[in-house]
Amino acid sequence: MRQAVVKSRGLHREDAAMLDFVQQLVSGVALGCVYGLIALGFVLVYKATEVVNFAQGDLMMLGGFFAFTFIGMLGLNYWLGFAAAVAAMALFGMLAERVVVRPILGYPQFSVIMATIGLGYFLRSIAGMIWGTDDLKIETPFSQGVLRIGSLVLAYDKLSVIAATVILCALLYIFFNKTTLGTAMRASSENMLAAYYMGIPVKRVVSIVWAISAAVATCAGVLLAPITFIHSNVGLVLGLKAFPAAVLGGFGSIPGAVVGGVLIGVIESMAGFYLPEGWKDVAPYIVLLAVLLLKPEGLFGLHVRKKV
Amino acid sequence: MSYFRAENLSLHFGGLKAVDAVSFAVEKGEILSIIGPNGAGKSSIFNLISRIYRPTSGRIYFEDQDITEEAPYDIARLGIARTFQNIELFENATVLSNLLVGRHRHSTTQLWQELLFLPSVRANEKVHRRRVEQVIEFLDLEPYREKLISGLPYGVRKVIELARALCSEPKLILLDEPSSGLNVEETDDMSFWIRDMKSELGITVLMVEHDMSLVNRVSDRVIALNYGRVLAMGSPAEVQQHPDVVAAYLGA
Amino acid sequence: MRFLFKTDYEDDIRLFPHSGYVVSYGLLIAVLLAAPYALSSYLMSQLVFVCIYATVGVALLILTGFTGQASLGHAAFLAIGAYTAAYLQKYNVPFPVYFLAAGLLTGAIGAMVGFPALRLTGIYLVIATISFALIVEEILARWESVTNGNEGMRVKTLSLLGVAVPRDSPTFYYLCLAVLVLTIVGTLNLLRSPTGRAFVAIRDSETAARSMGVNVALYKVKSFAISAAITGLAGVLFAHKLSFISPEMFTLQLSIEFIIVILIGGTFSLHGAVLGAIFIVMIDPFLTYLKDDMPGIIAGVAATFGAGKDAAADVQSKVAAFASLNGLKGAIYGIIIMLFVLFEPLGIYGRWLKIKLFFQLFPLYKRATFKRQKIYVKSERNR
Repeated sequence: MRQAVVKSRGLHREDAAMLDFVQQLVSGVALGCVYGLIALGFVLVYKATEVVNFAQGDLMMLGGFFAFTFIGMLGLNYWLGFAAAVAAMALFGMLAERVVVRPILGYPQFSVIMATIGLGYFLRSIAGMIWGTDDLKIETPFSQGVLRIGSLVLAYDKLSVIAATVILCALLYIFFNKTTLGTAMRASSENMLAAYYMGIPVKRVVSIVWAISAAVATCAGVLLAPITFIHSNVGLVLGLKAFPAAVLGGFGSIPGAVVGGVLIGVIESMAGFYLPEGWKDVAPYIVLLAVLLLKPEGLFGLHVRKKV
Repeated sequence: MSYFRAENLSLHFGGLKAVDAVSFAVEKGEILSIIGPNGAGKSSIFNLISRIYRPTSGRIYFEDQDITEEAPYDIARLGIARTFQNIELFENATVLSNLLVGRHRHSTTQLWQELLFLPSVRANEKVHRRRVEQVIEFLDLEPYREKLISGLPYGVRKVIELARALCSEPKLILLDEPSSGLNVEETDDMSFWIRDMKSELGITVLMVEHDMSLVNRVSDRVIALNYGRVLAMGSPAEVQQHPDVVAAYLGA
Repeated sequence: MRFLFKTDYEDDIRLFPHSGYVVSYGLLIAVLLAAPYALSSYLMSQLVFVCIYATVGVALLILTGFTGQASLGHAAFLAIGAYTAAYLQKYNVPFPVYFLAAGLLTGAIGAMVGFPALRLTGIYLVIATISFALIVEEILARWESVTNGNEGMRVKTLSLLGVAVPRDSPTFYYLCLAVLVLTIVGTLNLLRSPTGRAFVAIRDSETAARSMGVNVALYKVKSFAISAAITGLAGVLFAHKLSFISPEMFTLQLSIEFIIVILIGGTFSLHGAVLGAIFIVMIDPFLTYLKDDMPGIIAGVAATFGAGKDAAADVQSKVAAFASLNGLKGAIYGIIIMLFVLFEPLGIYGRWLKIKLFFQLFPLYKRATFKRQKIYVKSERNR
């Protein structure tokens, strides 16, 4: 990258270059936080059930639409609508788990992946039927306004995403490491059958994990709403970007997912600014393939070998 | 020179010494058993020979050739076949195709010939099929030829794994706990087969086993391991009376 | 029930175990050859797509079904085949040459994808193939000197030995059918040879395959190359059938459709690829039928059961509105995938085998024969 250019601060042009860089960095981090939140959903579900939920992005999309319904259509207060959407989506996540995933839990991974791909298709087209195919916008307290630090201009909507991600991560960290339920989840992710024998209600645990991951996805959807618009395909587009994020993070690590997301967001934002057109969309995947080549288990993943 | 030789073989996982400077030799045509408590490093030695693990140090020789750096699939090509402790069969294939995979090291046909199924491929297939049939006969597997592995009981699978190893016409066979999970009658059959492999097929056998009665019946020599080190080596009776071995088993 | 008495090792190698097979497949081929004289041009066109999708399905079965390497990037291989054809055609390269060139190039690229994929399993492999496909899609859109970018490329009418073969002619259909049949025969040959068995061995246990002398890396690359090459050949036919290609035709959506083909058909047998292709391609005519004829029929039924004229018209317009909803196809896809994964993981062909066995064993059929076994132990994470 070009940050090396910024050596002598006297020159105005290079100052501007530095400013551009910081600006891109912040919007990259903000976008990356959204990827990170979706990736977080992947990781939660993967950790608990070893299932990769290809419909995670679509859960985010649905969460966005729920929030739009509560805030934009029913006229609820932003925070109230946000909470209602999160609660509704948590229930929906449990429902989806009960109907689609639980009957095939324990079967080959690929079947479950296909089931969630099917779920994604279904949600996308249902959302299209209900809310139409237009872009929708949610008015939020962060939609307008900027923070000025010297000549640096940062939009509140982006800062709000970053702040919310940090808060959510802290909450999830505390939940997983300090509460009994969190410990039960970690146990059942290590060995479901053994956890079951030890009296952990594995089914309920899995169901709660899905609820949490749908709730996290909703947060991502609502936070994203001021930055991009909500439409029925937004989940697919962003979900595909969140994959590299989760893989970079190693697919089993909660901080890894967020770090991976931020990395992908920054790479994308930088590639969009400094490289010719077209690189923006593929740069994350090129980085992903490169990482997989060098370290097949991701940056933070563990490699375990089958015992014979 | 010995037929098969391991010299100062070590395998360390971090600080854990799974195998620690183990040396032993196998003579052509003998049955050598490795015994030892759980975690003594018996299976690790097998995994080192078949190159699933890379040794931390030490060398392995087979027929006076250094095979320490060979690729895992080349080990089979040299004539060393193995079975696994927990059975590694091709679950969703028939017994016949499992056994035919055992013939893989003898296949000579090229991809394009196989796509067209040229007469040479057909002729080769018939040879493979005949060899497989000989093994089926040797191990009494006739009732199971067309069955899928996933539907077969454990004891039968154990025999099929042995059959698959024999199909590759090995010079040296590594048996990882051939009697585990078998009942008394099946273990009896197994002991006959192991002796027949030596006397009729001329195969050298290296075996890891817990069942001492089986070890006593078939082995020419025994090696006792504990904590990755050799405790004793010699005839079955000698090793069993060795004070270190008694101590290791009794936990003294 | 028929009992086979085998007297020769040849009996185990033969493609058709007994004469019944020869008769039924002979009949099937005869019907397929006669199809252009019986079916409407629309259905013929769909039948060509069935052939192309089934060819890709067979290719995907080799990789995913038999070697156990999942791929959600086959649309990219199809695209490479299609673009190779369109590009070489501009320089008046004859069909047989660019047909083979497309296969070879796609095969080579498949092998190149196979190498990095060697170290990846499960979900990582799926994501790597998705990434590969997305990168190819972007390259097609940006490499304007060769691919004409987002404008797309026109594909001229196929000319075979100086004779023009229009895309809706019976000859073109026969060509696609021939490619499909040859692909199937080649794959069956492969499956009864050491290579095919090595593929299955890798799928079921890499460790055991290795210990039996299978060079796992080499065979995985081979599987990728073969699968990609066949898909590339299908891509040439696909380009000719559409007569126009552009990057947005080869999206992740198409890759998913190919996976649906083998998933719905049944991932363990070549029959599955063909049945799945029929299913996927026929969804479109089915939706058209839903849109055009169903409302009238339902209204008719409503009228006969005593609904008034207005009520019947009302029903008709409601059904019509439902059938022409945007995205109905997506919802149907989604529901079909979920239903198959949940209730018939062996696919259509698996269902057929169950029905057959039910009648063969008639009063003695046991449901447990086909019951799936759950594996709760976390085996896939530490493969």
